[in-house]
Amino acid sequence: MSATDIHDPNRRDFLYVATGMAAVVGAGAFAWPFIDQMRPDASTLALASVEVDVSSLTPGMSLIVKWRGKPVVVRNRTEQEMKDGEAVKLADLKDPIARNANLPADAPATDANRTTPGKEAWMVMVQVCTHLGCIPLGQEGDFGGWFCPCHGSQYDTAGRIRKGPAPENMAVPVFKFISDTKILIG
Amino acid sequence: MSEGHSTYTPKTGLGRWFDARMPLPRLVYDSFVAYPVPRNLNYAWTFGGILSIMLVAQILTGIVLAMHYTADTNLAFGSVEKIMRDVNSGWLLRYLHSNGASFFFVAVYIHIFRGLYYGSYKAPRELLWILGCIIYLLMMATGFMGYVLPWGQMSFWGATVITGFFSAIPLVGDWIQQLLLGGFAVDNPTLNRFFSLHYLLPFMIAGVVVLHVWALHVVGQSNPTGIEVKSKTDTVAFTPYATIKDAFGMIVFLFVFAYFVFYLPNYLGHPDNYTVANPLKTPAHIVPEWYFLPFYAILRAITFNVGPINSKLGGVLCMFGAIAMLFLVPWLDTSKVRSAVYRPWYKLFFWLFVVDAILLGWLGSQPAEGSYVFMAQMATLFYFAFFLIVLPVLGLIETPRRLPNSITEAVLEKNKGGSGHPAGATAAPETKG
Repeated sequence: MSATDIHDPNRRDFLYVATGMAAVVGAGAFAWPFIDQMRPDASTLALASVEVDVSSLTPGMSLIVKWRGKPVVVRNRTEQEMKDGEAVKLADLKDPIARNANLPADAPATDANRTTPGKEAWMVMVQVCTHLGCIPLGQEGDFGGWFCPCHGSQYDTAGRIRKGPAPENMAVPVFKFISDTKILIG
Repeated sequence: MSEGHSTYTPKTGLGRWFDARMPLPRLVYDSFVAYPVPRNLNYAWTFGGILSIMLVAQILTGIVLAMHYTADTNLAFGSVEKIMRDVNSGWLLRYLHSNGASFFFVAVYIHIFRGLYYGSYKAPRELLWILGCIIYLLMMATGFMGYVLPWGQMSFWGATVITGFFSAIPLVGDWIQQLLLGGFAVDNPTLNRFFSLHYLLPFMIAGVVVLHVWALHVVGQSNPTGIEVKSKTDTVAFTPYATIKDAFGMIVFLFVFAYFVFYLPNYLGHPDNYTVANPLKTPAHIVPEWYFLPFYAILRAITFNVGPINSKLGGVLCMFGAIAMLFLVPWLDTSKVRSAVYRPWYKLFFWLFVVDAILLGWLGSQPAEGSYVFMAQMATLFYFAFFLIVLPVLGLIETPRRLPNSITEAVLEKNKGGSGHPAGATAAPETKG
């Protein structure tokens, strides 16, 4: 016994470490289902895409559909709204990134990049304030776009954040026109 | 209190039999009968007892309300209305519970401000103070989730805004938010888990309260002079002195509580919460419950980016930071003198802080626009300055007034000074130090 050098890692040390590691992994594996069950379930994830008929929308009209539990606005913008949106200089934007899921992640937030090519009049956007998730009111505020009543964030006619605490432009979801009057979101 | 050995002597055979096997009566006797309390405690010290009965009342009314409530987005709102209209005495139980939450917070705020005024957090009471802060955090979580259950407009949008805080965290924020919500937005999974946790958390509070009282009984109560108990003449027995005083405080408090329950049951609520939740329409003006308003004002005050921290994350950090300040108070305050009674400058700043907290609360209830934003920013600045500048610096530069040698001396001096009192008046324990 006295001959054993206790500082040398020996068989017992190995067993202690191995047992400890097994206990940690076991505890983690046991805890995971309790955390995992909190995540969105299969039925929530299943509501991935919706089809919208937009034939009734004349310029200046919007409709809202529910997608993944959130409202998505489809707006047929007026000439004036498009002009206002195009007139904005990128340097004036609080968030210079398009936040358009149909474009590369670093696309600049020009008016065109907030819409889809050939359909620049149409804004399709998750109408959820990027601050804390309230629903902004349409066609209100200093920039003629959206105004969030919760904490005063103001968006322009292309849904870009211009003033207030929200950090990002409102998100443009994955969508496409499957015909002239139908949009597929998601 | 550095109490000596127990003075409990069981008088009956059954008492002795019990005492030898599980000395619960001894624990109760030592903690609530013979336990020595400073003789100069004023009515600010009755709020611990008041908070205890509020917790018990909330658990009792909550358990019976849960027998009638349904946690389902299609049924929740209706089930609450059913409680109000159909369930026997349901209206009373619900008003007791919803106003009880408010009065729980009234009591806890007085309790916290009392601790700040009299320096109750200083060594050796740091852990006692931190356990109290943990109880306060648990209360906030419980109150927030309880407010979601009726599934009105404010329930829904309050839940949306508050869970939105977590999406401000870089990288993992969205994942965490979805983990909390069980989806991409507040919905049925959210309501179900909030109900489950709203039922659980009060019992966790009760657990931490036990630790809080345990820590209190190790170090003993502070008192208005902030001087430690030095001799037996500095204290009186818990029963009857503190018991009767606490009971009187509770009765007065419950009078006010009952006035709200019976005459102003919805005064502290919001009319929008009598509209069923609509995920597609945000109310024109979202406000949380009144007891969160100061923190809400701080959240909204940050409208600007600071370096890599955007305004949203900044607001969330400031809001949680405002609560974190409380945890740090024992180490931020550098003064050796506990009580504001002997600290003229601290006393001034304390009351300014109270005014600031109330101002923040009022600003939180106003729309976030125009001059309100600037005022909220200034008030937020003062809030943090109080903790980070005033508390550390004042302790170093302030000259405190002369401290009495003991609690007894302070009490006798006070009674002598009051010329209106007959000379023979006993040192009343309720006399403010």
